[in-house]
Amino acid sequence: MLHDIPFNDGNPDLIVGLEHSEDAGVFRLNDGTLLVQTADFITPVVDDPFMYGRIAAANSLSDIYAMGGQAICCLNLVCYDTCNIEGHELRNILMGGLDAVREAGAVIVGGHTVDDHEMKFGLSVTGIVEEKNITRNNCAKPGDTLILTKPLGMGILTTANKVDMASEKSMEDATAIMAALNKGAAKAMNEVGVHSATDITGFGLIGHALEMARASKVSFRLNTDAIPFISEAVDLAGMGLIPAGSYNNRRFAKADVSFKPELSDDQKMVYFDAQTSGGLFISVSPDKAARLLDKIRENGAIQAEIIGEVTKLEEKSIIFL
Amino acid sequence: MTQIVDAKGLACPQPVILAKKALSGIEEGIVTVIVDSEASRENVRRFAESQGCAVTMDEKDGEFHLEIAKGFTCAITGQERVSRHQAGAKRAIFIQSDSIGPDEELGKQLMKAFLENMVELEDDELPGKMIFVNRGVYVTCFWDETIEKLNELKNRGVEIFSCGACLDYFKIPDKLKIGEVGNAFDSVQTLVQHENAITLG
Repeated sequence: MLHDIPFNDGNPDLIVGLEHSEDAGVFRLNDGTLLVQTADFITPVVDDPFMYGRIAAANSLSDIYAMGGQAICCLNLVCYDTCNIEGHELRNILMGGLDAVREAGAVIVGGHTVDDHEMKFGLSVTGIVEEKNITRNNCAKPGDTLILTKPLGMGILTTANKVDMASEKSMEDATAIMAALNKGAAKAMNEVGVHSATDITGFGLIGHALEMARASKVSFRLNTDAIPFISEAVDLAGMGLIPAGSYNNRRFAKADVSFKPELSDDQKMVYFDAQTSGGLFISVSPDKAARLLDKIRENGAIQAEIIGEVTKLEEKSIIFL
Repeated sequence: MTQIVDAKGLACPQPVILAKKALSGIEEGIVTVIVDSEASRENVRRFAESQGCAVTMDEKDGEFHLEIAKGFTCAITGQERVSRHQAGAKRAIFIQSDSIGPDEELGKQLMKAFLENMVELEDDELPGKMIFVNRGVYVTCFWDETIEKLNELKNRGVEIFSCGACLDYFKIPDKLKIGEVGNAFDSVQTLVQHENAITLG
């Protein structure tokens, strides 16, 4: 219904527009420097207003990092639920957002608020990336090593938390994971040089990996044992605490994915699980992988791991070994 | 006593919580949960099964009715899984080619799909034995993807045999990648003993 709206009218400086399933739009400012733009907002995922604000902001900033960029300035996007959120809570949400933006080294230059029956908060973010550093999602090459910089399971945990069924410990871990910026990982990508990157958000590990594999015309072999996740997520999946978005992800992707037979259905749902503020998923040439991993960890990533490799196009785009 | 929980129009995980409340309120009985999305249907089923309850599902006009039975120690009429055939009379599958039907190229795809899809069967639907003869032994020697699936079947208790004389005839006895080498007597015995033998290829 919407795919034929002519958003891209052929402006030669528009490098990445809507027609690619990319993380952010990219526009040429001058020779060598590109502007990166994105916007995102989310409903509350944790109970604490400050941490919700921080997570929403980290989630918005992540799209800039996925393109290899750094954020410069941001606008607050607020859909304010005046019936259920008190003024001091809104303040804490915005303080949480500001905290993430400061850590990003960016500034908030304004924003916009509307009334809504359900709270939503996020940012519009403008960043820049040097042309040589841009990490699109269509350049993964056979032989590349695949790195993921945060554990999975956030969609299931936040769904369970809405009805108080996630443990305090797991929610503490999940909150720290979602609140962490992908800034350090992006900086490490710039320093080492990588082929392709995206961030893992609503489409889950499989959905975003699939976009990258298809755009690059390759397959990904993922090593099940190496993929980090919060272990309680598997138990909660078994109890039916899975967000609808994760089931949608499975419906769209499963025909192009093969799993090793002994994987349980609950475990598979963790790989389909919709993430909020997930990690970067990076395709890097194998000779640089160890150095990149060291740098990402040095720069403070929560749990960066090598989780697989790129192969020539096989029968399925994503293969779990 | 049947309790009805109407969870239509509710987002995940609310239907699960309503089902949980209803089930925790009874020692034994049936709770019927009505939902209208596939995500809620699967979530409620997962929850009920994780609590050791039996679930049957019905779809009516885009609504899903999940009947959850809690606490019954004996089977409820109509709810136990009906096995496709009597215990002890499992099927044998006799695969006598690497292709199904007259067109060889299509036939190979069909054979691959047929064999690989067997992993989707429930345990009580699986055959007891699979016997590969004539060009069927090419499957157990060379079709790596299919062999992977056959290995899964083997791990679930299916016995897999390839005809020794056939392997010798094609000069590939050292190439066998899955199952055991069988002889003609085994094959005959299996076919005679299994009233439900299926021949493929």
